[in-house]
Amino acid sequence: MNQMLSRRTLLQAAGALVVSFTLVPRGADAKTVAADEVDAFLAIDTQGLVTVYSGKVDLGTGVRTALTQIAAEELDVPLARVNVIEGDTALTPDQGPTYGSLSIQNGGMQIRRAAATARAALLRLAAARLGVSEADLLTADGAVRPRAGGEGIGYGALIGAGGFALKLDKDAPAKSPDSYRVVGTSVARLDIPDKVTGRFTFMQDVRVDGMVHARVVRPPALGATLLEVDETSVQAIPGMIKVVRVGSFLAIVAESEWGAIRGARALKARWSDWQGLPEQARLWEHVRATKVVKDDVTSDVGNAPAALAAGAKRLAATYDFPIHTHGSIGPSCAVAELRDGRLTVWTASQMTHALRKQIAAMLGMKPDDVRCIYVEGAGCYGRNGHEDAAGDAALLARETGRPVRVQWSRADEHGWDPKGPPTLIDLEAALDADGNVTAWHSNFFVPQGAAGNVPLVAADLAGLTHETAMAPGNIIQNSALPYAFPAIRTVCHRLETTPFRPSWIRTPGRMQNTYANECFLDELAAAAGADAIALRRRYLKDPRGLELIERLVALSKWQPRPSPARGQAGAIQRGRGVSYVKYELVRTYIGAVAEVEVDRASGRIHVARVFVAHDCGQIINPDGLRNQIEGNVIQTVSRVLKEELTFDRGAVTSLDWASYPILTFPEAPEVVIDLIDRPAEKPWGAGEPSAAVIPAAISNAVFDATGVRLRSVPFTPARVKSALGTI
Amino acid sequence: MANTLALRVNGRDVEVHFDDPDMPLLYALRDELGLHGPRFGCGLGQCGACTVHVDGKPARACITPVSALAAGQSVLTLEGLGTPERPHKIQQAFIDEQAVQCGYCINGMIMQSAALLETQPSPSESDIRAALAQNLCRCGTHQRIVRAVARAARA
Ligand code: FES
Ligand code: FES
Repeated sequence: MNQMLSRRTLLQAAGALVVSFTLVPRGADAKTVAADEVDAFLAIDTQGLVTVYSGKVDLGTGVRTALTQIAAEELDVPLARVNVIEGDTALTPDQGPTYGSLSIQNGGMQIRRAAATARAALLRLAAARLGVSEADLLTADGAVRPRAGGEGIGYGALIGAGGFALKLDKDAPAKSPDSYRVVGTSVARLDIPDKVTGRFTFMQDVRVDGMVHARVVRPPALGATLLEVDETSVQAIPGMIKVVRVGSFLAIVAESEWGAIRGARALKARWSDWQGLPEQARLWEHVRATKVVKDDVTSDVGNAPAALAAGAKRLAATYDFPIHTHGSIGPSCAVAELRDGRLTVWTASQMTHALRKQIAAMLGMKPDDVRCIYVEGAGCYGRNGHEDAAGDAALLARETGRPVRVQWSRADEHGWDPKGPPTLIDLEAALDADGNVTAWHSNFFVPQGAAGNVPLVAADLAGLTHETAMAPGNIIQNSALPYAFPAIRTVCHRLETTPFRPSWIRTPGRMQNTYANECFLDELAAAAGADAIALRRRYLKDPRGLELIERLVALSKWQPRPSPARGQAGAIQRGRGVSYVKYELVRTYIGAVAEVEVDRASGRIHVARVFVAHDCGQIINPDGLRNQIEGNVIQTVSRVLKEELTFDRGAVTSLDWASYPILTFPEAPEVVIDLIDRPAEKPWGAGEPSAAVIPAAISNAVFDATGVRLRSVPFTPARVKSALGTI
Repeated sequence: MANTLALRVNGRDVEVHFDDPDMPLLYALRDELGLHGPRFGCGLGQCGACTVHVDGKPARACITPVSALAAGQSVLTLEGLGTPERPHKIQQAFIDEQAVQCGYCINGMIMQSAALLETQPSPSESDIRAALAQNLCRCGTHQRIVRAVARAARA
């Protein structure tokens, strides 16, 4: 079956690197992508080289290396003999989108199962070949060998050119974690040498023969429609190929990239007026006034309203978390080619299988005639603009008959990627006379919808087939609590609309919800005069959670005392704050302690250090995990201190890094991590969980430092100063 | 293409062709010379992803018009600094510290710090942070990047 594999080859052509992908046979000869078949996930060629086909893709977090480790370990082959192909709809099974911290937990475990099934089959084949019992054989180094010693048979010779033709066997014996040699070790990332020397091919580097360049020209207001285009405005630009107009979808196609950019800048078009966005200054009033279409009660213990009424001391607070953009450092890009009725799209999409169906629907094609091939782009932290750029490229390939590369500008990315929706949370709680929490009642105001397909911008603007439902992600998770209070009611009010096309950004909902919960719990601790960790311990019944808290206390050298810290003189006030969660209440445990310095005069918060204790069960690659956690922490510090989308009544106005600033080097905290490894447990996700605890840890630390409670992200100097003025 | 400019790129004599003298150098390097090191991040001089060296000094290729270069000037990109087989000490330090997440910003980080180490061979941690203050990383790789530059300085 090796001849059927599509190999990416780099061709040096006309001074530019051209990526070419061989055509893949269809019909009876097609490689299976059925997610219950071993052959969908892996192939071994006659030389014993292993190809792993992963529906989950590396979004810049190193998951490809981890998947390589999992396959090499379970198959007992050297790492260097395993290659991973990711997210190619013609070759890789649909393992669902790469989101929700599921690449290892689900995707990796499917690959492990496929490899375990394959290994068992190889043992059977060798036993038959050698006329011995399987019990007398072992697998090592890509071969099956007699336990007693002597000649073995390489996997390549055993399986030959054929496939396994086996279903995934959930009972296939998996290797015991005690015998792991590769899983659990810090294998160096496979992609880094190429990435630090310019040899790596990012999506933005993909070139195909005959390719032309396009830039989209988006409406000046989100809902504006295109009235008129003056094509003469770009006539003089050399290399201009076409002004493409389909409904309100507008783009410039040119021979060169710079020509397309010039064209997009020069093109004169007239658009209708549109002012459908709320006034930013009154965003929270708008959210509160939005129609609620249903309530999701995510926990209901005891009688919270009655317990609240009976409390000795009652507290109430409102928290809000703004609209965020993904802000990938490389704007979205895609290449599409339509040839003989078949469309190929090169894309950095996190969900190529779903995208393929969206594009097919948009263009009225059969999904079988569309192939989406994943190529890694800049770091992707959720459903950003990649799919939309792919939709643009697909439509333009159809309109021009040429292979088209679409590169979004920075303003396209900041203005048109789908956004993390605004989140508003009201909380109330009661304490008894002894400072015990007797009631907790929270109300979250979040858009309706779940994970799913976010409608493509091109389809929307062009008036072509597209989804109409919102897909903000699974944002009601972690609205319920990991604590055993006697009366709890947590309700998510699902809003009919939200101002911008929503999607998920790293830790969607879980971040916002955990922020409100863990800040408000800190308010209760302060009101009760209790140490914030002692209060959490009192209501935490989960031994694994308690162990994590122990580790966090030791790591951060936490001194028990109530907040705020008293008696700080001077311009800079220091504080520490804690936050804890069990991700979605069913997996990864995380706790963080942030140490902050608040400059009272400027209102500047410096997050100096963040301690993280992390338990995601079995760890595949400890250094890779640390890298991911560091990234989660630093990115979330950025989101919490600095980030907020700005907009007028028509469109986003924060269209660059000056108007949407992110954390810089002088501001980045030190991150200190304690990994709790549990090799015998399931590996849980790590892509998002540690981000969930950062906002509250910071807010709580600021309270500890200053006695002022920050309830509105981002914690900008202006907000801090105004809060300090109200003490 | 109306205009031609002879440059020395990564030690090789090359010609770049362009119609518009305002075209940024980035497009000549990426689209005409097929280089992958310098990256398009913002086109506004705000992020540093496109950083190259022009005559040994860091420059943002996205806002450097080709017409600002004179014939024979030398341009160094990430590819010219070193290769996977023979990495420059900074590239090696980034490998040793595993100082990459997605790696899209890393071109800028390496090119900017290579220039730093030329003028300041033993920078303190805060010198490194200050030198990279205008380089953006969205993945949050900052801590490792700072360590990698410090390691390279010691190498
Ligand atoms: S791409 Fe040049 S500074 Fe951002
Ligand atoms: S490593 Fe992804 S932007 Fe820096």
